[in-house]
Amino acid sequence: MEPVPDHCPGTQSESAGKVSACQGCPNQSICSSGSTKAVDPGIEQVKSHLGNVKYKLLVLSGKGGVGKSTFTNLLGRVLAKANENCDIAILDLDICGPSMPRMMGLLNEQVHQSASGWSPVFLEENLSVMSIGFLLNSPDDAVIWRGPKKNTMIRQFLSEVDWGNDLDYLIIDTPPGTSDEHLSLVQYLKGLPQIGAVIVTTPQEVSLLDVRKEIDFCRKVNIPILGVVENMAIFICPKCAKPSEVFPKDSGGAEKMCKELDVPFLGSVPVDPLVTRHCDEGTSPIDSASPCVNAVQSIVQKIQEKCSTLS
Amino acid sequence: MLDSVKHVILVLSGKGGVGKSTVSVQLALGLKNKGFKVGLLDIDLCGPSIPHLLNIENLDVHQCPEGWVPVYTDSSQSLAVMSIGFLLNNKNDAVIWRGPKKTAMIRQFINDVCWKDVDYLIIDTPPGTSDEHITVMECLKEVQCDGAVLVTTPQAVSIEDVRKEITFCKKTNIKIIGLIENMSGYTCPHCKECSNIFSSGGGKSLAEYASIPYLGELPIVPNKEDILGLDSMQSILTRLTTH
Repeated sequence: MEPVPDHCPGTQSESAGKVSACQGCPNQSICSSGSTKAVDPGIEQVKSHLGNVKYKLLVLSGKGGVGKSTFTNLLGRVLAKANENCDIAILDLDICGPSMPRMMGLLNEQVHQSASGWSPVFLEENLSVMSIGFLLNSPDDAVIWRGPKKNTMIRQFLSEVDWGNDLDYLIIDTPPGTSDEHLSLVQYLKGLPQIGAVIVTTPQEVSLLDVRKEIDFCRKVNIPILGVVENMAIFICPKCAKPSEVFPKDSGGAEKMCKELDVPFLGSVPVDPLVTRHCDEGTSPIDSASPCVNAVQSIVQKIQEKCSTLS
Repeated sequence: MLDSVKHVILVLSGKGGVGKSTVSVQLALGLKNKGFKVGLLDIDLCGPSIPHLLNIENLDVHQCPEGWVPVYTDSSQSLAVMSIGFLLNNKNDAVIWRGPKKTAMIRQFINDVCWKDVDYLIIDTPPGTSDEHITVMECLKEVQCDGAVLVTTPQAVSIEDVRKEITFCKKTNIKIIGLIENMSGYTCPHCKECSNIFSSGGGKSLAEYASIPYLGELPIVPNKEDILGLDSMQSILTRLTTH
């Protein structure tokens, strides 16, 4: 791929193809013709395809490795168990590092194509999962794609997966950052009602730093924030049963940040090696007696309540 | 481009939050203590952590006729740092950019930063195998790159993503210097019992499986300053300077 000119105004910009940086760019004529500003037909497709999905929940965090996928996994399983009449689906949008197949115990599953689109993989009768992991031949396969290719995949995931029945909850797990995947997701969901973001963080400032950026992102693109979950908050030693802060709240933790930025705080979730092991093995942790699962259950309760207020 | 830089080391991991930035900072500080001049380039544009980890968030980058002057951590000027964090007006501002803009920024970081004479340039990367990684790999084709240090935690979910990163390195002909297992074990501050919160041994078995060198494991410590004093960290530094 040709490097983009240093001061490229962006293909969507008013001045695309018309500023001095565009001189000599091989795409100048395409940009100046205005065809890059045409509305993506994918937006309409997604809108009609997801029209029968009630709540669209985005699990976000600026930071990686804070537990977005673990929380998505638990959220999906808890919702599915507590609401047998509801249909829940999980969509894994982490293209370069999909974790859902492992965590849900669906490592060797494949997606099938039918006339009505891609069929997701069903974990329970009312819980289905879609991830790029189901499309790879081997766990060693790397998806080495630049943005545009990832965007096409995301559009297909949003408009071509046959979820079956009307969905009550579509939970979308995202990669870290505020870049292509996030922009595409938000762009395609634009115009759909009842979207909310759940933001996951760990207590340290190094994570909160990135999470503040994600909150700024949500505000800039008008996605309502249902609240912030503080993961890996404390660890209870299996030997002496005393709690300690594995990842210290060096700047006051998530609750303080929520107050400062005026977003709801949903609760803290402790680290539990048992849950870590369940996630690595793909088994369900939600029936085990774990302080982590208890905390997640009460957070899921709050999320459900907040969903009913979404417009 | 990077003419005055003697060695380039990439710090990679498919997974986020495994400690790439922490390891990068510790490697940089360790090499500095050994008397080398070190550069640290943070190409995580959406989530820069290096300025915070080095406690130099409030410093600014300056322009000079040769390009950007990096931020120096102290008056000895033996550790130079460049990160998008220094260019943001407000630390809460999100950098909401698609690939091409990120690519242009990284090219500028690699071409236009005036590192002066640096023995080691450590490049800290974001998670994944996408725009940032492809760009950096393309840029480094033209310079001598020592290779990549991979970081993982012991968990299977992390190992799985690092396997993809190994494939990335192989496909793009980046030499793998070795793998570090981070967050390996946590010692309870009350009873000194060591728990493997994120399981253990995953890094070593991955290194064996993928036949790449295993550099060692680093535990979770409450104080990041303590990492440098660890024997395992010192042995990693020795491996880096003698490989």
